[in-house]
Amino acid sequence: MIDATDRHIIEALQSGLPLVPAPYAVVAETLGLDEGALLDRLAKLKSRGVIRRIAAAPNHYKLGMMANGMTVWDVEDSRIAELGAQIGALPFVTHCYERPRALPDWPYNLFAMVHGTDRVEVEEKRAEIAAILGDACQAKDILYSTRILKKTGLRLKKKG
Amino acid sequence: MTLDATDRAILNRMQDDLPLTAHPFTSVAQELGIAEDDLLNRLARMKEQRIITRFGPFFDAAAMGGAFCLCAMAVPDNDFEPVLTKVNAYPEVAHNYERTHRLNMWFVLATETPEGIAATADAIERETGIKVLRFPKLQEFFIGFRVAA
Repeated sequence: MIDATDRHIIEALQSGLPLVPAPYAVVAETLGLDEGALLDRLAKLKSRGVIRRIAAAPNHYKLGMMANGMTVWDVEDSRIAELGAQIGALPFVTHCYERPRALPDWPYNLFAMVHGTDRVEVEEKRAEIAAILGDACQAKDILYSTRILKKTGLRLKKKG
Repeated sequence: MTLDATDRAILNRMQDDLPLTAHPFTSVAQELGIAEDDLLNRLARMKEQRIITRFGPFFDAAAMGGAFCLCAMAVPDNDFEPVLTKVNAYPEVAHNYERTHRLNMWFVLATETPEGIAATADAIERETGIKVLRFPKLQEFFIGFRVAA
C-alpha cells in the first residue's frame, strides 16, 4: 500500500508537474522533501504500477477529434485475447477492454473507444476494426456520447 | 492556433512515458533535435491554450487500493433528469455520459473497496428502480491512450 508520504506526493501531483527544467525539484520543495528522495519514491510507485507513466494528456477536441464512439463487439471468448491486443494496438483506439456480457440486455464483451474528426471518420475506423475481427465477431454496435453528465477527477481516500 | 510540425512531434512524444530523472525535458529535447528552452516554451504555450490539458504522472487508482466499474442504465426519456440527479448525487459516480443507445446512461463507479461497487450499484437500483448493469474490466488491452497530433 501507499504510506502518508506517498499520499502527499500523489496529492501534490494531481494537478501535474510544472513545465520547468527541473520539475521534481520544485515539487520536492513544496513537500519538504529533497529531489532525490522524491524521485526514489516516484520510481517505486512506478515499479508497483501506481504510476503508469509520466506524460502529457492532449485535448482531443483541440486536436480536431470532435467525435468519439464507444464501439462494442461480441467476440468469441477463445479469440478475445489475441484480437483484443490487435484492436488495442490500432492508433485510433484509445481505450480497449474486455468486459463481461450482460445477457440478454448486452451481448458485447469487447469495448474499444474510437476518436475521429467526425462521425464519418469514426465509422471508417470502426469498419477497420470489423475487418480485423472478421467472423470471430457475432454482433456489434456503436454508442456516441451526446452529453457529459458528470466528470470528476481522481479522488483519494481520506484516510491514510 | 495552428500547430506546426515541431509542435505535433512534441505532442506525439509527450504522450509516451518520460524518463523519471531530474531533468526529463533535456533528453526529450535531444530526441526531438530541438533546444530544451524551445521545448518548454512550446509546451507552456500548448498548455496555456489547453491543447495539453495536463502534464504529469498518470496514476492507476486501482493500484492504490480502489475499485472501478463501468455501469449502464436504460433510463426512460421522460425520467432522465430526475434519475440523473439521483445518480450524480453519489460521490462514487466519477464520470457519467449520455450515450446513443437504449442503455443511455453510462457511468464509472469508483469506490475504496471492491465491495463498495456492488453496494453503490445496488443502492442506485433501489433508489431509481432501474437496473444497473455492471461491466467491470476483465482485461485491458493497454497501448497508451495516445492520439496522433
